[in-house]
Amino acid sequence: MHAIAERIQREFSEGFVKAVEWRGDLAVTVTCKALRDVARFLHDDPGMDFDYIVHVSSVDWPDDEERFEVVWEFYSIRKRHRIRLKTRVPEADCIVDSLTDIWKGADFMEREVYDMMGIRFRNHPDLRRILMPDEYTEGYPLRKDFPLQGKGWRDTFEFLNEGQG
Amino acid sequence: MQLDDQRTTIYKVDPGRPETESLPLVRTEELLLNMGPQHPSTHGVLKVILELEGERITKSTPVMGFLHRGVEKLAEEGTYHQFIPHTDRLDYVCAMYNNFAYCRAVEKLMNITVPERAEYLRTIVAEVQRIIGHQFWLGTQALDIGAMTVFFYTFRDREILLDWFDELCGARLTTSWYRIGGVERDFTPSLLDKLRRFLDYFLPLIDEYVVFLEKNRIWVARTKGVAVISAEDAVNFGLSGPTLRGSGVDYDLRKYEPYAAYPRCEFSVPVGKNGDTYDRYWIRVEEMRESVKIIKQCLDQMPAEGPVMAEVPSVTLPPKDRVFTNLESMIQQFKLFSQGFDAPKGEIYCGTEAHKGELGFYIVSQGGGKPYRLKIRAPSFIHMGAFDFMSRGYMIADAVTIFGTYDIVMGECDR
Repeated sequence: MHAIAERIQREFSEGFVKAVEWRGDLAVTVTCKALRDVARFLHDDPGMDFDYIVHVSSVDWPDDEERFEVVWEFYSIRKRHRIRLKTRVPEADCIVDSLTDIWKGADFMEREVYDMMGIRFRNHPDLRRILMPDEYTEGYPLRKDFPLQGKGWRDTFEFLNEGQG
Repeated sequence: MQLDDQRTTIYKVDPGRPETESLPLVRTEELLLNMGPQHPSTHGVLKVILELEGERITKSTPVMGFLHRGVEKLAEEGTYHQFIPHTDRLDYVCAMYNNFAYCRAVEKLMNITVPERAEYLRTIVAEVQRIIGHQFWLGTQALDIGAMTVFFYTFRDREILLDWFDELCGARLTTSWYRIGGVERDFTPSLLDKLRRFLDYFLPLIDEYVVFLEKNRIWVARTKGVAVISAEDAVNFGLSGPTLRGSGVDYDLRKYEPYAAYPRCEFSVPVGKNGDTYDRYWIRVEEMRESVKIIKQCLDQMPAEGPVMAEVPSVTLPPKDRVFTNLESMIQQFKLFSQGFDAPKGEIYCGTEAHKGELGFYIVSQGGGKPYRLKIRAPSFIHMGAFDFMSRGYMIADAVTIFGTYDIVMGECDR
């Protein structure tokens, strides 16, 4: 196993779920509960030193019991290594801890995840939609059960000159 | 808060009241100012709600998504090859680099090695695109804060390169020239000749651009010490590209995780000191010089002949001339576009140093011809996340400088 993954497993034996290394990318899955502590450890520990946040993303697995997967990608500019941290949440309780106080850049990225996938972030300073309109009520577009053509919201737009030419 | 409301209080025009009931001369209430969605300096449709105290910004809230087209959702419905034209429309002034970043990500997923000549061609075109991006930035940023002349010069020279792109792939902006596993076609002798001539013509011109700005007291006053961000904060916000390097962090993926022909070229990464708009400007100008150096080295080192596309029939497209004459190639082309290739199960992230910053693609594959999930790490979007932090305490007019300093393009920001 990758040295970083081993270290995480040693420090967080309960929270650690699995580590996958594929095509040179390391992805570590942890439980939702341990997420914050692991993230704090990744940022603060001198051996880890993940100071740079690359992106926050989410994947929808509708057939799984824990439907949503939230993905953070970190990089260490001094140590030049990279990690993908993942956690799973069920649909009924899709809320994870926000990491905005560790990486300030997570603010907008987590808002985007909320907007697109409907996953809420605990203690996020300003959790609102970011790309979709504020008054949009039809759900979360990147979920797999959301049709590509949308749910008809566009049909309610008023068109100028409708019926006149 | 209405402007009129404020005015009547300040000028104290209410003759009907007795004089004993004096009104305050200056009301120190916060003023909300909507900047955008239509504003020449927001580089697209972006609204920012500025909370002001006098002329100082106390808080700013970007409102985005006016250009949201659901590109990530669309990606899940098409094959990997079909997504290349969509990437043109992300950062629509620098389409080549988006193509490049996307193709690299898919190549990492499919584990494809690109032939050597194609790597050089890719690097050359990517650097030409970087020059175009920086020229565009230089012109518009100066225009935004009132220095108009340089705009005409940079756009004049940008036009030459866009015509060069036109000759290369038939389009000036929406290029789609990169392919998974290589590039669409090789350079013609005329293109090589034109590029060499341009490089000799262009290098002295950079000094000309610089004179217009650095001798302009107003422009210097409006960029030096504006939108300062420390290295720790910039890293913490996930800024990248010149916006991060202006604060003194030399994070450049071309050096940190070398790809294409960059490891075989000698170039330096300019790094700023103060983290202000001026330093970021200086970095972009120096990067244009470095790009010229890289292109020259690539042109000299490039193997004279060789394939420009990897030979992996199950993934890469057959050459066009074979498609028209050879039945197998035609079937292969048809299958690749209608069904796509069978990607292995897995997930990758691949970041590329575009001229705005780190443009990354995170692809989750569940097998089959379509990505299960495709996430675009757009530098413009992430830079906007730091807007509030960087604009606090500056004047309203500086908001324009701060938009400019990120080099945002809303097509990429909203996706």
